[in-house]
Amino acid sequence: MEKLTKDDVHPKIVQALLKDTDITIEDALENEMILNMGPQHPATHGVLRVLLRLDGETVIGCVPELGYLHRGYEKMAENMSYYEYIPHTDRLDYISPMANNVAWVMAVEKLAGIEVPTRAQYIRMMVAELARITSHLVAVGAFAMDVGALTVFLWTLREREKVLDIWDILCGARFTNSYTRIGGVANDAQPEALAKVKWFIDQFDDNLTECEKLLNTNRIFIERLENIGVISAEDAIDLGLTGPSLRASGVEFDIRRAMPYLKYNEIDFNIPTYTEGDCLARYFVRVDEMRESAKIVRQILDKMPQGEVLANNPKKVLPHKTEIYTRMEELIHDFMIVNFGINPPVGEIYHAIEGSKGELGFYLVSKGEGHPWKCKIRSPSFNNLQALPHLVKGHMISDVVAIIGSIDPIMGEADK
Amino acid sequence: MDLKETIKQKLDSAFPDANLEYSEYKDEFCVKLDKKFIVPVCILLKEDSELQFLLCEDITAVDWATRKNRFTVVYYIFSLKNKFRLKLKADVDEKDCNIDSVSSVWRAANWQERECYDMYGIIFNNHPDLRRMYMPEDFEYHPLRKDFPLLGIPGSLPLPKK
Repeated sequence: MEKLTKDDVHPKIVQALLKDTDITIEDALENEMILNMGPQHPATHGVLRVLLRLDGETVIGCVPELGYLHRGYEKMAENMSYYEYIPHTDRLDYISPMANNVAWVMAVEKLAGIEVPTRAQYIRMMVAELARITSHLVAVGAFAMDVGALTVFLWTLREREKVLDIWDILCGARFTNSYTRIGGVANDAQPEALAKVKWFIDQFDDNLTECEKLLNTNRIFIERLENIGVISAEDAIDLGLTGPSLRASGVEFDIRRAMPYLKYNEIDFNIPTYTEGDCLARYFVRVDEMRESAKIVRQILDKMPQGEVLANNPKKVLPHKTEIYTRMEELIHDFMIVNFGINPPVGEIYHAIEGSKGELGFYLVSKGEGHPWKCKIRSPSFNNLQALPHLVKGHMISDVVAIIGSIDPIMGEADK
Repeated sequence: MDLKETIKQKLDSAFPDANLEYSEYKDEFCVKLDKKFIVPVCILLKEDSELQFLLCEDITAVDWATRKNRFTVVYYIFSLKNKFRLKLKADVDEKDCNIDSVSSVWRAANWQERECYDMYGIIFNNHPDLRRMYMPEDFEYHPLRKDFPLLGIPGSLPLPKK
């Protein structure tokens, strides 16, 4: 890299810069600068603090600092029952709370050995895919906003708003859903909710194409992202990247395919991969994934069977509220589960799903008590952020913003 | 041959004195080993052309509170080639609270070990940058240890003066 010399700068500027100091011009230009970006910076998507060592405008070193949103969710999990923890998973990746709900209850079910009815599995799959769409819509919109294309954000949020309305019908909450229950889901997907999902999926493709047109034909957007933050497949795996960021580097790794859970082995879908590994490829992967998710949801609507949405396992699955008020047996079970927990057998498991940011896993250790002995959240944002110093090295300071946007970290999840 | 058998065979022949114990629970294959052997075992698992455990998914620890070997360090590694997840476990005693770092094997282990150090106080030998991940650098305790109270310890974080 070439450095500026004294001759490159107009003497008047030099004079103005050096007024009242005794440093010489060589020192001033050769000195590296430390820039503190965040934690209160709009482009860091939350409270990420990044320390940059700059030479002029070029980044030569980067140290991300985490922990500004550390709420100790792993400690809290050790002190509450498995049911009580469901609302807390909403606050991890707060852009796609439904996916976290699904991940948590599936881990608990694996630990406790609970079978889930088929309809509930299909509903979970549907909400997880819709959550992926909402998450990627925010990711793409905010990413475009970070690099200067403001309109797209409004358009993608308009689409996201429709999914939030579906959540509203489905579970009564737009944002922090807590929709899943151990052994199933809180309540059956009503016909009007499913009709709205169908309507959303039908119109989604055209609207996404519209948003895409704004970006794919935008020369500034393309030029700011092409060949920025390139990471090779080997480096991406070695640094622990998962999700869209890994697939943009040409690695076809998706847990829905690698270790199918729910009913993903009955669904036909592609895993979009790109080989460039730059910011633009990461954007393309997200857009393609939204289309695939829409395709999955359409198949789910066709295949979803009728039936129960909560497992028949009275000692471990909380009964429905209406039954508690009218029947003795259910009241006793409700009392036991709420006060003493579900007591899964002694053992430890890890269960991961393909969250919207990557591999979202829960490691649970049970000692046979009502609350977990240990809970570890394997959060994709945390692991993906680790690649940041590798990605930004040698790029300009304005590219740092684009690269953070392309990784799409959610600090609630990275900091736990 | 079954992949589990392959792993058993390769590890047994390469590390006869590592006290390797194999177990399986709910379809999760687990290898327990002596902590001294963690780095060579990981190198073998990663670099063997048949196994290729290239992705280090997670590193964490469990505090058993009253047990003789108080901590167990847990590694989850994944083989993209075989679509297989393997769990490694190594016991660490409180008095000799350290284990060799595997960040030279997988760069992803860097932050995962930092987090584990922050939360449990387990020292990872030869780690390139063993700082706290979440808590402030001058914090004295390790919050996920079982003897750290849920409400925190008064005075452990500086508060503004009255």
